[in-house]
Amino acid sequence: MPTWPNVRADFPVLHQQVNGKPLVYLDNGATSQKPRSVIDALVHYYERDNSNVHRGLHTLSMRATDGYEGARTRVARFINAADPAEIIFTRGTTEGINVVARSWGHAHLKPGDIVLATGMEHHSNLVPWQQAARASGATFKFVPVLGADAEGGLDLAALDQLLTPQVKVFAFTHISNTLGTINPAAEFCRRARAVGAVTVIDAAQSVGHGPLDVQALGCDFLAFSGHKMCGPTGIGVLYGRRALLDKLAPDETGGGMVVSVTYEAATWKPAPERFEAGTPNVADAIALGAACDYLDALGRDQIAAHDALLAQYAMEQLSVLPGIRIIGPRVGAPRSGLVSFAFEGVHAHDIVTFADEDGVALRGGHHCNQPLMRHLGLTSTTRASFYLYNTEQEIDVLVASMRRILKFFGTA
Amino acid sequence: MSDLADLYQQVILDHNRRPRNRGKLPTANRVAHGDNPSCGDQCSVYLRLDGDRIGDISFDGSGCAISQASASLMTVQLKGKTAAEAEKLYQQFHDIVTTGKEPEEISDIGAFAGVHAFPARIKCATLGWHAALNALKGDPVPATTETHKD
Ligand SMILES: Cc1ncc(COP(=O)(O)O)c(C=O)c1O
Repeated sequence: MPTWPNVRADFPVLHQQVNGKPLVYLDNGATSQKPRSVIDALVHYYERDNSNVHRGLHTLSMRATDGYEGARTRVARFINAADPAEIIFTRGTTEGINVVARSWGHAHLKPGDIVLATGMEHHSNLVPWQQAARASGATFKFVPVLGADAEGGLDLAALDQLLTPQVKVFAFTHISNTLGTINPAAEFCRRARAVGAVTVIDAAQSVGHGPLDVQALGCDFLAFSGHKMCGPTGIGVLYGRRALLDKLAPDETGGGMVVSVTYEAATWKPAPERFEAGTPNVADAIALGAACDYLDALGRDQIAAHDALLAQYAMEQLSVLPGIRIIGPRVGAPRSGLVSFAFEGVHAHDIVTFADEDGVALRGGHHCNQPLMRHLGLTSTTRASFYLYNTEQEIDVLVASMRRILKFFGTA
Repeated sequence: MSDLADLYQQVILDHNRRPRNRGKLPTANRVAHGDNPSCGDQCSVYLRLDGDRIGDISFDGSGCAISQASASLMTVQLKGKTAAEAEKLYQQFHDIVTTGKEPEEISDIGAFAGVHAFPARIKCATLGWHAALNALKGDPVPATTETHKD
């Protein structure tokens, strides 16, 4: 520690005081900060190349098109997709999952089918599937999370029972944004494929935090957001296996995605254009490519190792605080770079307000995970989530802040 | 820290630790529920209306110190008041938490003046009040402090 000596210098936003204290940004699960190279990519695009894509024959339009399609190729390499055409640019994870749930769901789900998710899904990988099941008459089921004292994993015995040939789609998160659990995604895909189910992975919390290879995972669809991986907001990716995408009807229709149009009918371009109606988010796609460059240059194995070290350190330091309950995998068990906890007698909202006064940015609430909270017998937790620029010293500041809060509320 | 001491005044800490009128009210003839979807705070308010007057009142729920203390103190303030008086008290309370101006006559609700320096917490302070006003109106729709977005 630190894994990279000068990495904090790359992030302008980190160098400020909040409430008179140095900012300690521990809300990376919600969104990450952006390195200078990503910000520069945005500025460069708008100052030099801004134009519409795939339309103009002029120089700027060609530059913009090259930049946009270059970003697609860059992202394909980042997740080892077999073909850049398998990369569809979206607004983010939520949109990607909705597109699959609507387009694929509409074409394939029927009464008697089962839509399977898990008990730890973010609302954005839960509600679209509930809706798809409702619209088609299919049944929605989920793999339960093991009891509150267990290690925050899914009940794999239940998964075996639930994965029947009636299951047409299995949607699950790679990493839980609330528990920090890392699911065995490749194994899930293998088991799902054995019963003929299509797999959809929510990679929002994983893709920027370590290596990710869609071919090794063996998934059919995978969605993520740029803003959680050093990229800008407003851009994300839906990966889909080419064979599936080519058979899928578009979700939205309009300009840019059609081959020929009459007053009566239209025909569609192949993927990815078929799923990108209208002027796309060119600038943010290009900046997402810059984020891929940044993360690969640091080394994605190293990022994963750095996050894991911080999570273990935070677990050790926090676990001695009186009245704390840490949810998710136990100390020493694999966990992603986040720790969610609750204190007897002090609410997460009060904790977040106090921590902010110490310059520490945390998340308090249900983390878009209401059913899981209920399952754990909690209404909210406080979450500290780490990224490549965080340090052990910052965790020490977090722990000192927690001690002050406990003292104030008279529980320590 | 001085802002925080203003926010978490003794009155508030006391109501948070020892909430008054907490639990379901067996004789209630009105009930309303409030939710704060961004953090999961919940508050139910139970009323027994005797004609136009609040004969008895209680609350139930879970949430941060600000929301729980505010609901607790509110039940103390509203007991025995008419619907019109309750509405007026809420207006006063709302002014206090949004402007930070203490009320002219001495009142415990002045303890919530510190909330105004923490705009994100105003909806915590008003959650119970929204539920109570809805209960008075006989409005069965849950009070929500925002329309959506986590
Ligand atoms: C696991 C998980 N899935 C999905 C999302 C939704 O991502 P977005 O809001 O960028 O669409 C998030 C973000 O909070 C997440 O943590």
